[in-house]
Amino acid sequence: MTPKSSLHIPHPSARPGEKPDFSYLKLSEAGAVARPASGAHASEIENLAHELVRVLDDNGQAQGEWNPGMTREQLIGALRLMLLTRQYDDRMQRIQRQGKISFYMQSLGEEAVSIGQGMALEAGDMLFPSYRNQGLYILRGSALVDMMCQCLSNTRDMCKGRQMPIMYHNRKGNVFSISGNLATQYPHAVGWAMASAIKGEDHIAASWVGDGSTAEADFHHALTFAAVYQAPVILNVVNNQWAISTFQDFAGGEKRSFAARGLGLGIPGVRVDGNDILAVYAVTRWAAKRARQGGGPTLVELVTYRGGAHSTSDDPTRYRPKDEWAAFPLGDPIARLKQHLVTNGYWSDEQHEELQKNLEQEVKEAWKEAVTFGTMTEGPKLGLHEMFDDVYAEIPEHLEQQRKQLLAFKGRSS
Amino acid sequence: MSQMNMIQAINSALDIMMEKDPTVIILGQDIGYFGGVFRCTDGLQNKYGEHRVIDAPIAEGGIIGSAIGIGVNGLRPVAEIQFADYIYPSYDQIVSELARLRFRSGGEFFSPVTIRTPCGGGIRGGQTHSQSPEAIFTHISGIKSVMPSSPYDAKGLLISAIESDDPVVFFEPKRIYNGPFDGDPNKPAVSWATHPGGEVPRDYYSIPLGKAEIVEKGDELSIITYGTMVHVAQAAAHRTGVSADIIDVRTLAPLDIATLRQSVEKTGRCLVAHEATRFGGYGAELVATIQEQCFYHLEAPIERVAGWDTPYPHAFEWEYFPGQERVMAGIENIMEAA
Repeated sequence: MTPKSSLHIPHPSARPGEKPDFSYLKLSEAGAVARPASGAHASEIENLAHELVRVLDDNGQAQGEWNPGMTREQLIGALRLMLLTRQYDDRMQRIQRQGKISFYMQSLGEEAVSIGQGMALEAGDMLFPSYRNQGLYILRGSALVDMMCQCLSNTRDMCKGRQMPIMYHNRKGNVFSISGNLATQYPHAVGWAMASAIKGEDHIAASWVGDGSTAEADFHHALTFAAVYQAPVILNVVNNQWAISTFQDFAGGEKRSFAARGLGLGIPGVRVDGNDILAVYAVTRWAAKRARQGGGPTLVELVTYRGGAHSTSDDPTRYRPKDEWAAFPLGDPIARLKQHLVTNGYWSDEQHEELQKNLEQEVKEAWKEAVTFGTMTEGPKLGLHEMFDDVYAEIPEHLEQQRKQLLAFKGRSS
Repeated sequence: MSQMNMIQAINSALDIMMEKDPTVIILGQDIGYFGGVFRCTDGLQNKYGEHRVIDAPIAEGGIIGSAIGIGVNGLRPVAEIQFADYIYPSYDQIVSELARLRFRSGGEFFSPVTIRTPCGGGIRGGQTHSQSPEAIFTHISGIKSVMPSSPYDAKGLLISAIESDDPVVFFEPKRIYNGPFDGDPNKPAVSWATHPGGEVPRDYYSIPLGKAEIVEKGDELSIITYGTMVHVAQAAAHRTGVSADIIDVRTLAPLDIATLRQSVEKTGRCLVAHEATRFGGYGAELVATIQEQCFYHLEAPIERVAGWDTPYPHAFEWEYFPGQERVMAGIENIMEAA
């Protein structure tokens, strides 16, 4: 028999009703991967794109050269922010289910990505998030009330009612505006970093996409430009295994890691345990130092798992096993950090419970305040006239005309 | 005052703005060391260095995507897309990102990118080097679209585009880079040296965006057009002997409606001409606007002269191009109508 070509359709390892199977995930032991100098030549460290940088072992102990030596305060601060993100998500998810906001997206199970990476960067570094990086906004000082008001499109909405829920921005905190289009922010981050280098500043940029979005042209444009100009940028791929219903193999993850996508361009790739905040922090510090000292871009793949649905419009029980997350070998980032803190005598179950309660209260109070600025059905409303602002720097005549038309029409119909 | 062709005028605008404003940088394919395939950026890298005149990879989406980020970080990028026919890979970045960034962020983020791109046919460019895609940009809220018809306008409008905090797509009709072209390919080429539009001050000046220009005054007919077709329309009107207002729209969006209205109210007859394909073309917007604004002044149906609704053919370039005869036929139609 002569071999014949046939169309290959990737399949996930398990579908609903089947036993979860993560045997496809290549794992390294905690502490097993060596930490090269941040100035190492890309060709000497290609192993980092294939192995998995891990610090926390199964017993919650920090292992190996990548241990960033974070202080107790830093670790508890990280735990607090991850928990706050989860509490916020949980509350907003339920609020959406009650019909009080139109849409929501949780970052359940991926909290270490935004918090760990955000903590590893400097305040002057510019962040270009994807839609599952709410932790970055929380970390960079966006008030929960403001984020909730954005989701409500109410009178305090930073977007003035122009975007779907979760498309935040934080100008003062150097976090960019979220687009609903995928991976478009990747070349923006590279351009921002190029400008930083042109101006001779030492601020760097960072951006995030999911495993699915690596298939977009913008991903490849960004990598090419970052490599050509050695832009000081950290490009992150959050591999949470699922892009709505398509498994990571559909973005080409079957044969090689996403971290390896940059190797052909000479961009070092680092594959890291995305649920191990110590490893996430350490890798990001390493890549940031490299970028700041002129070493150019790094592509970081954070291996994690999307604990919830893609969005409130999605039902993952139709395409993946219900208990898949529970079987994920890299666990839950919050549970793992908690275990590390408790094991080291920094933290107790009681303290954890109390913190959780306090954060729950904080989120509850923020919501109470947010609705005073208007809800989808009640309270103060955005001025309709504002719909025509910010299309251009100054409103052109035809838009001024249309504004008058709309207001006149509205006046007639009410 | 000095004589410049459109390439020199564009080069002068870029030079002046780079000199005046250290945040202006330019990027694009072949624009640096080589000076651009049409020479518009000639000498600029030598003068301003590789960090301000940046050769880019062949990835239009990457050029515009990175330009947006450069703009967000406080610089003022002028990106060149080598041919308008190649702009489509960057269309998502222009439409979904550049055009809407200010709006979607409640006015807190913006990126003042100017995109220069040579357009139009008449250079034996076939279907991939001749297109006039302006209508798919004028349709987009949040960007401005400009197309000059002379070196003088090109310089003044480009300076305004670069100074604008709004994104601008700046179309350069490449058939008239070196001289005004009246639509007759059999006549010897004419240079800008003998045309008043080729007189260009060496120093800074600007022409405001959003203002049309009446390039020739008449009272029987209003011809509304832009780019290369301004020159074709002038030649055609002269041959018919009809006294026509010839209006160069210059800024396609936002449109200077008042100038068009005043002219059509005066003449009662209107012809719209462009090189781009007809169906859903920019001319359709002009016709609809004139109809809304001037219906009771119209003495005849508005006439439209445009490219055929086919891709731009290589072998039949001059049958495709809406030359003087087609414009004259349009003028005759409209003048014969009761």
